[in-house]
Amino acid sequence: MASQIISLSSIATPNNGVDLDEIMQQKAEHQGCGTSGGSGKASCGTGAGQGDLAPEIWEKVKNHPCYSEEAHHHYARMHVAVAPACNIQCNYCNRKYDCANESRPGVVSEKLTPEQAAKKVLAVASTIPQMTVLGVAGPGDPLANPEKTFKTFELISKTAPDIKLCLSTNGLALPDHVDTIAGFNVDHVTITINMVDADVGAQIYPWIYYKNKRYKGREAAQILTDRQMQGLEMLTERGILCKVNSVMIPGINDHHLVEVNRAVKSRGAFLHNIMPLISAPEHGTVFGLNGQRGPTAQELKSLQDSCEGEMNMMRHCRQCRADAVGLLGEDRSAEFTTEAVMAMDVEYDLESRKAYQSLVEQERQATADAKRAELETLAGEQSDVKILIAVATKGSGRVNEHFGHATEFQIYEASASGAKFVGHRRVDLYCQGGYGEEEALESTVIRAINDCTAVFVAKIGGCPKASLEAAGIDAVDRYAFEYIEQSVIAYYRDYLDNIRSGAIVHGQRGDAEIRQGAYVAA
Amino acid sequence: MAFKIVSSQCTSCSACEPECPNMAISEKNGTFVIDPAKCTECINYFDEPQCVAVCPVDDTCIIDNNYPRYVA
Repeated sequence: MASQIISLSSIATPNNGVDLDEIMQQKAEHQGCGTSGGSGKASCGTGAGQGDLAPEIWEKVKNHPCYSEEAHHHYARMHVAVAPACNIQCNYCNRKYDCANESRPGVVSEKLTPEQAAKKVLAVASTIPQMTVLGVAGPGDPLANPEKTFKTFELISKTAPDIKLCLSTNGLALPDHVDTIAGFNVDHVTITINMVDADVGAQIYPWIYYKNKRYKGREAAQILTDRQMQGLEMLTERGILCKVNSVMIPGINDHHLVEVNRAVKSRGAFLHNIMPLISAPEHGTVFGLNGQRGPTAQELKSLQDSCEGEMNMMRHCRQCRADAVGLLGEDRSAEFTTEAVMAMDVEYDLESRKAYQSLVEQERQATADAKRAELETLAGEQSDVKILIAVATKGSGRVNEHFGHATEFQIYEASASGAKFVGHRRVDLYCQGGYGEEEALESTVIRAINDCTAVFVAKIGGCPKASLEAAGIDAVDRYAFEYIEQSVIAYYRDYLDNIRSGAIVHGQRGDAEIRQGAYVAA
Repeated sequence: MAFKIVSSQCTSCSACEPECPNMAISEKNGTFVIDPAKCTECINYFDEPQCVAVCPVDDTCIIDNNYPRYVA
């Protein structure tokens, strides 16, 4: 409990007049209505395997990297940027900004026609057989461009019927299109819901365009929240799985998101994804320019933990671009420019895709089996020690990336109940050759994983290893190419043994930084 | 009698095109343009010019002073 109190106080920003006791009370009540911590549901996405999900729901999410944390290690998605228009303005978005070297929502390099998008999907699906999901996520709002979005779905459902269709909307136009969405067998819809209180909303949305009129301030936010709740209810009634994305904006909606979580849970949302605000002056957004900060890693995790109850929390979101391609932790969009795609001679081979995916399923089963076997060694363990471990991985659920090549680290929490994915940290490529490597290491990687006790890598050089050790982070390469979760549990078991033998002293780690700047591709 | 789109500001998001009641907006050389012969400033259609209301960039759809104001 002590650590929760500390992290809650760090959520509260100074001078905003918020009573911490009140939040603690709110949080306690909220958690009380869910299941207690440590249950199978208290995990990211669907956790490891089917868990306690109903078979029909498992069938829908098992190959969807955004709806299942476990699937995201194995399956890829792509977004096609066919929807440039938007019907609302958000203070964290600037539509004029467009850069190929940056990965965040609302950014694309080129927009596509539905016909170009359909060709691109076939090209990507043939090159990346584990690509199972096609999403329309902007760069504007898919439902502010209904003809383009639905034409894209129509074309793809004909040519690549095995690919799941998905869309992500702000919800303003959602109630008008729910039946069309259901008609295309779209069974995953994401709504971005940042508030259920118009006073909070007025600080996030300067205006909306609704029924041929621009609404501002509180009135705009009230219409938006009413439409979002209505749309969510309509989706739930039709059995469409709904994920809710919320942007955590410290001082504006950070406490309020607990209430949002309760509101969307009661309306049947399947998964809640609380994301950190991305805000930098060079993005040219209102929040970027007025100095609004994003949350720290500890603040984000604390809020996610406090919302964890009967509802699954997503922690593996990479806040990707509206034209992202590949596994969530990678971006291969640069390989599939319109020019490149149009020149490709694509033959869509459903059978070879199926064959490849059955291999992926075997690997996935082996990962789950290894984790289960290792977990049995912790049976009866009562320790309340919890540690975070950063992992360098290229996917497939293995420790298989060189420290210096990692563009992100996946973060696992190890405790007596096992290994749990709790997030990821993006880092600049520190291994860029030439000069300044050590400074880059100090300034980016260590700050990004400063809350971790250890970092697992496939390989690491002597210098970075020494720098990490100086910062109190154990650099571990003995699990190279092993399964991540099995390795995390094994490390944790050794860690407890070392505490008991007096070889090490367990101490609290500090906070860590969530990257804000533009991502520069290698 | 017309609005115009400042092309250096236009993000080419296309939001305005379907909202125009006069079909006066089209894409040209990567950004959108308003045909002044067709624009009625939305008078008799809506309370406010639709291109202005939906455009994500302030001061991008503006009155074109080369033309007299539209009179219904």
